[in-house]
Amino acid sequence: MCTSCCSFKDPKQKALKETFARYQGTSGSLIPILQEAQEIYGYLSGEVMQQIARELNIPYSKVYGVVTFYAQFHLRPRGRNIIRICTGTACHVKGADRLLETVREATGLEGEGTTEDLRYTLETVACLGACGLAPAMMINEDTYGRLTPVKALNILKQYQ
Amino acid sequence: MVKNIDNNTPKVVCICAGGCTSSGSLKILERFQTEIEQRGLADKIVVKPVGCHGFCEQGPIVTVEPEKLFYTRVSENDVPALVVSIAKGSPVDRLLYINPENNQRVTNYERVPFYARQQKIVLAKCGKINPERIEDYLVLGGYRAMKKVLTIMTPQAVVDEVKSSGLRGRGGAGFPTGTKWEGALHAKIKDKKYVICNADEGDPGAFMDRSILEGNPHEVLEGMIICGYATGSDEGYIYVRAEYPMAIRRLKIAISQAEAAGYLGNNILNSGFNFHIKIKAGAGAFVCGEGTALMASIEGNRGMPRFKASRSTEKGLWDKPTTMNNVETFANIPTIIVKGALWYSSIGTDNSKGTKVFSLTGKVVNTGLVEVPMGTSLRQIIFDIGGGIPNNRKFKAVQSGGPSGGCIPAKYLDLPVDYNSLGKVGAMMGSGGLVVMDDTTCMVDVARFFLNFTKNESCGKCTPCREGTLRMLEILTRICEGKGEPKDIDDLERLAKVICGTSLCGLGQSAPFPVLSTLRYFRHEYEEHIYNKRCPAGVCPNLLVYTIDREKCIGCGICARSCPVGAIDGEKKQPHSIDIKACIKCGNCLQKCKFGAVQKR
Repeated sequence: MCTSCCSFKDPKQKALKETFARYQGTSGSLIPILQEAQEIYGYLSGEVMQQIARELNIPYSKVYGVVTFYAQFHLRPRGRNIIRICTGTACHVKGADRLLETVREATGLEGEGTTEDLRYTLETVACLGACGLAPAMMINEDTYGRLTPVKALNILKQYQ
Repeated sequence: MVKNIDNNTPKVVCICAGGCTSSGSLKILERFQTEIEQRGLADKIVVKPVGCHGFCEQGPIVTVEPEKLFYTRVSENDVPALVVSIAKGSPVDRLLYINPENNQRVTNYERVPFYARQQKIVLAKCGKINPERIEDYLVLGGYRAMKKVLTIMTPQAVVDEVKSSGLRGRGGAGFPTGTKWEGALHAKIKDKKYVICNADEGDPGAFMDRSILEGNPHEVLEGMIICGYATGSDEGYIYVRAEYPMAIRRLKIAISQAEAAGYLGNNILNSGFNFHIKIKAGAGAFVCGEGTALMASIEGNRGMPRFKASRSTEKGLWDKPTTMNNVETFANIPTIIVKGALWYSSIGTDNSKGTKVFSLTGKVVNTGLVEVPMGTSLRQIIFDIGGGIPNNRKFKAVQSGGPSGGCIPAKYLDLPVDYNSLGKVGAMMGSGGLVVMDDTTCMVDVARFFLNFTKNESCGKCTPCREGTLRMLEILTRICEGKGEPKDIDDLERLAKVICGTSLCGLGQSAPFPVLSTLRYFRHEYEEHIYNKRCPAGVCPNLLVYTIDREKCIGCGICARSCPVGAIDGEKKQPHSIDIKACIKCGNCLQKCKFGAVQKR
């Protein structure tokens, strides 16, 4: 993608440029810039990562290295609804496995990943910090606790 | 001084907007607001969102002040009745908590056994104040400690006060906080120093930092400002997990309010002291809770630990002296300054002073946040406060300290909990996550769970951790699948020794602890898996045997129809039976049987 001439037409490019401007001269800005770029685009494509590398004047390999290290950066497009199933200790002993199995069946996903219609992305997380409500899951920014497979399925249906 | 309107109004309804949001508390809040408005009671009843009350099991929780009424498991439909009752001044009995010890309804939350047996310092204001209003914090004495420090105390005096309070780091390692601060104050490099609040709470089973940040963010900020003054720093970072969006949002609000009030920024309260706080959101890596990895992450690199040649109070973030403390540690500071080191050190045990917040979860009746003086026994925490094990099951172990900790068996229930005692029995206090396990929990499976976690979270920099945890996990998985061999236990112990002794950082050095502690106290479970191919707790699917009780089976045939591989056979109205060889142990028959005839062992 051309990143200079069409920047005026592309609102996402404009937002990214504004992010660069805001972090200019700040040390340690790579991770926050990546976080904001992901906010804007939904995921981090090769083009965007290359643009960030050029802007910060650092090797592409460093950007790629940081992106692949942290669990929250994504190299591929993601679903509209992000389902995070907690597999922390408390949830584990209270049956998170069954919950995960149910959600997998309902979404048709084998492991973690995104459905083809981009309706759901399914992930497991180490701990949501809602241990008192185990087993728990998060859809987008909403947390649901004390779940049973049936309850989880009903909640899932509400997310189009 | 900002005036607090809440104080002049007779009734205040506090609704938990912490963990309870996941069971719909925000809708309850909205409903309260509309009901009150419709009934024209806005000048008589005020509604406010507050942080976690701690008793998560009973959420959503609503309290009414000043009567200290305590309503549990409130739903949106209960709101009209509650509003009417508050206006009339008589409680709604059916929503009051029932004390399980005498089956009587409790009106005052201070008499709920769960709360009555705690002593709150860090959580004292959580659940009482609206975390998004600095005025609420000020009314309860907020920022008084900071004012005292800036007006009448020298940095050395602050350090001395913290030192003599005996406060030790609440993040897990338990390093004396005052000693750490003194190191930073007298560091050779003077031009720039940093303060870091470690809010990267990644231990599965721990949520105390989250609740503090969400329930009372100003207390943490105040602790950090005091630390900045005491160590000669003008810049602080809060490194907080991105999994905690609400904590980040409330921290941002708190920071801007503190800046507007002149408690943060340049020349704070005309003292000439400058202090700024920035938030850094983590990007999802457990290892970033480790000090050097956390700093690498703030600097914009992969969060990999590095070998420490000197303390971070000498050379830390960007090679400048850095004081890093956990959320709970900072939250203790204002109270220590206001009430004094002598008062603080009177609480706790010889080597561990003050209180500790535990997150009590797993197979326990009252899950939630518990704050008790150091030295309280596990039995008091789990049985007196936690209400014991649900469904009349038997206590088996409590897992303490997350992936770096261990499982403590029943024989140590009377152990007083502090930094030293738990270490002696092969566990650790860690950040304070307590996961209770009953007899339906398989200890080999628990060990496998933690190894899987550390294997996933290993940064991969050093070989023992990267390869060793993978090999240990392979062995544990094999045992759980019923393919364990006699030499597996020896191999696990040998690998554990090497990984503990040679890994670069704390994550690797402690990764084998869950295996070692379960081997120490529950070796027989490993042996059952390996020699008899049996899982005593009935958890590991491959080792389960499903049978049908001929006495209970009426021959309805539901089980046979639900079996995906046709392993169940039998005449109509006659007892059925399962072909053990064909059975794939999916458990469908057990779920479908209405007569309890299918059994698993």
